[in-house]
Amino acid sequence: MAFYLAIKEFWRARGRFLLFSLVIALITMLVLLVAALGTGLADANRQFIDKLDADLLVVQEDNDLVLTTSRLDRQTLNGVRRINGVEAAGLIAFSNGSVLLPAGSEAEDIDVSLVGIEPGQLGAPELLAGQPLRDRYADQVLLDERLAADLAVSIGDRITLRTVQGAEQESFELTVSGITEERAYFFAPSVYLPLYTWEKVRPQAVGGGDGQPIGNLIVVTLTDPSQTELISARVLELVDGVEVADKETLVRAQPGYTAQQTTVEAQRGFALVIGVLVVGGFFQIQTLQKLPQIGMLKAIGIANRTVALSTLAQIVIVTAVGVALGTAVTLLMALGIPPVVPLRFTPPNMLAAIAALMLIGPIGGMVSVRLAVRIEPLSAIAQGK
Amino acid sequence: MTAALNVEQVTKIYGHGSAALRAVDSVSLAIQPGEFVALVGPSGSGKTTLLAMLAALLTPSEGRILIDGDDLSRMSEKERTVFRGRKIGFTFQANNLLPFLTALENVELMLRLNGGLDAEGKLRARALLERLGLGDRLNNLPSQLSGGQQQRVAIARALVHNPAVVLADEPTASLDTERAFQVVETFASLIHEQGRAGIMVTHDLRMVKYVDRVIHMVDGVIRDEVRIPQAIETLAKTSSFEAARSEAEAQQVSIPTFAARAPALVASGA
Ligand SMILES: Nc1ncnc2c1ncn2[C@@H]1O[C@H](COP(=O)(O)OP(=O)(O)OP(=O)(O)O)[C@@H](O)[C@H]1O
Ligand SMILES: [Mg+2]
Repeated sequence: MAFYLAIKEFWRARGRFLLFSLVIALITMLVLLVAALGTGLADANRQFIDKLDADLLVVQEDNDLVLTTSRLDRQTLNGVRRINGVEAAGLIAFSNGSVLLPAGSEAEDIDVSLVGIEPGQLGAPELLAGQPLRDRYADQVLLDERLAADLAVSIGDRITLRTVQGAEQESFELTVSGITEERAYFFAPSVYLPLYTWEKVRPQAVGGGDGQPIGNLIVVTLTDPSQTELISARVLELVDGVEVADKETLVRAQPGYTAQQTTVEAQRGFALVIGVLVVGGFFQIQTLQKLPQIGMLKAIGIANRTVALSTLAQIVIVTAVGVALGTAVTLLMALGIPPVVPLRFTPPNMLAAIAALMLIGPIGGMVSVRLAVRIEPLSAIAQGK
Repeated sequence: MTAALNVEQVTKIYGHGSAALRAVDSVSLAIQPGEFVALVGPSGSGKTTLLAMLAALLTPSEGRILIDGDDLSRMSEKERTVFRGRKIGFTFQANNLLPFLTALENVELMLRLNGGLDAEGKLRARALLERLGLGDRLNNLPSQLSGGQQQRVAIARALVHNPAVVLADEPTASLDTERAFQVVETFASLIHEQGRAGIMVTHDLRMVKYVDRVIHMVDGVIRDEVRIPQAIETLAKTSSFEAARSEAEAQQVSIPTFAARAPALVASGA
């Protein structure tokens, strides 16, 4: 009975309901895009650190765990390696440069992260294809797969790297020896170089550099990963000038990360609140318009439960149609969005957003269901006067 | 024989204290199955209030109402809702139909509400609408029907589920005179054929020529009750209770036996 009424009304007033489904579709798109942006931004920021093979991360002391200004030397690295319980440790250095596109190319050069690693040590990425870096071949580099795809280069090709050296820009010719999985370091795709090469090509002031390799981060694995706290304490005690963190702490400590994520979360929250208000408001107004009609339904003997169920069924149908439509359009749009826009649609965060949207309809409509239930059947007669 | 509708000393008081208004004041009446009654009286005399109480939509302040022997005041709100759907049929002064159901669907709704719509019910709904002259408008939405056509659909809806009591508040309000006569005539013959207890509120005294009894309400009380056919006929022609009263007196004199069985005129002064 309730469904009969809901479906009939739905069908006969399909224009009005469809229009409202469209509004819900737009809200769905908004929520999904904000969610995807949140994940995309977070990923772009933390992907590199997340994918590191490490139980502990060591950075410079009294530096608020900020990677860009952290300075660690080989002595420190050796200090960490000597600690009982440390399985392996490796030094990683970050800086930036750009990869020049082949002459005649229209697009701009691509900004990259230059990641210096010790060949064969912890910190070297896993390869998808090609050969790992070796100390003997100082001009070899690894590219992350997205960069390789964007540049359209493959193993054995040569690329031109440009960095700022003092007041000049200097270019370096390097050979691609292997491809790694995608690992953006703060938005820029990664180019891996042996630490000694990195030291040469990294941007620096004139005459800077004393030949001693310096990195920003030491990654550490433990023989017994459950002993993280114990070993952390040992590192702090035995190695001078360092601080220890886990991945999550380090990511959150990077400037801007938390502020950015909070902003995105707030936007997502607001989008949902707006959704509830719009959906709730719509059904509220619709119910107000239908007061005499609902009074009449009750007067001719239709139970409150039926009236409530029918109202709820309509809300669920309208919301479901809207959400489905919005999701479909968003996914279609996502295909056309250039990869530089940090949007990432992952099943879990899309499902969460869709579930939230499916719930806001009934929640927002609850008010109007209550309203419908409270209507006096007598109002049907009173209306006639 | 038990009456289909029994009203015992029913009073409705609106408001409290000095502002209290006795909209219906100690009204008693009984209506038999197959009897069609007109409820007439000036505006504000309590007709709609009485009808709403009979329809189980409004609770009396005093007195009790029995429909088919069931006491309305003993039911919970939920039971009253179910009871309305089963035993009572009515048309309102306006807003009669669900705008998103066709004429036929509106009528069938009462059958769906009462244990399902079977082939027999479908035929009955259709036949009723055809009888009311709507055979070619079955699948039109209310917005595509004229006011009078909507009223007739509402009448079909009030009758289709075999209710004990059929209540109609001004069913001819939006009809032209000719149409009004036609609708009331059909309404009356359906009530007589099907053995319902029918009450129709009307402002138009010409309509009473199809009813078995006329109840005249003034200020919440029953002022006159006209039962004698000749008196009703006079009332319909002249619209005057004075004339009806003297006609009834004349009839009572000439047919004393009938008058003894059913007093034609109750002049209960206010
Ligand atoms: N809900 C209410 N609250 C207070 N007073 C009411 C209410 N409903 C009706 N009344 C009053 O009760 C009296 C009877 O009203 P009712 O609607 O029964 O009259 P009626 O005979 O149907 O009039 P009409 O012919 O104009 O439809 C009127 O004086 C009216 O003002
Ligand atoms: Mg009235």
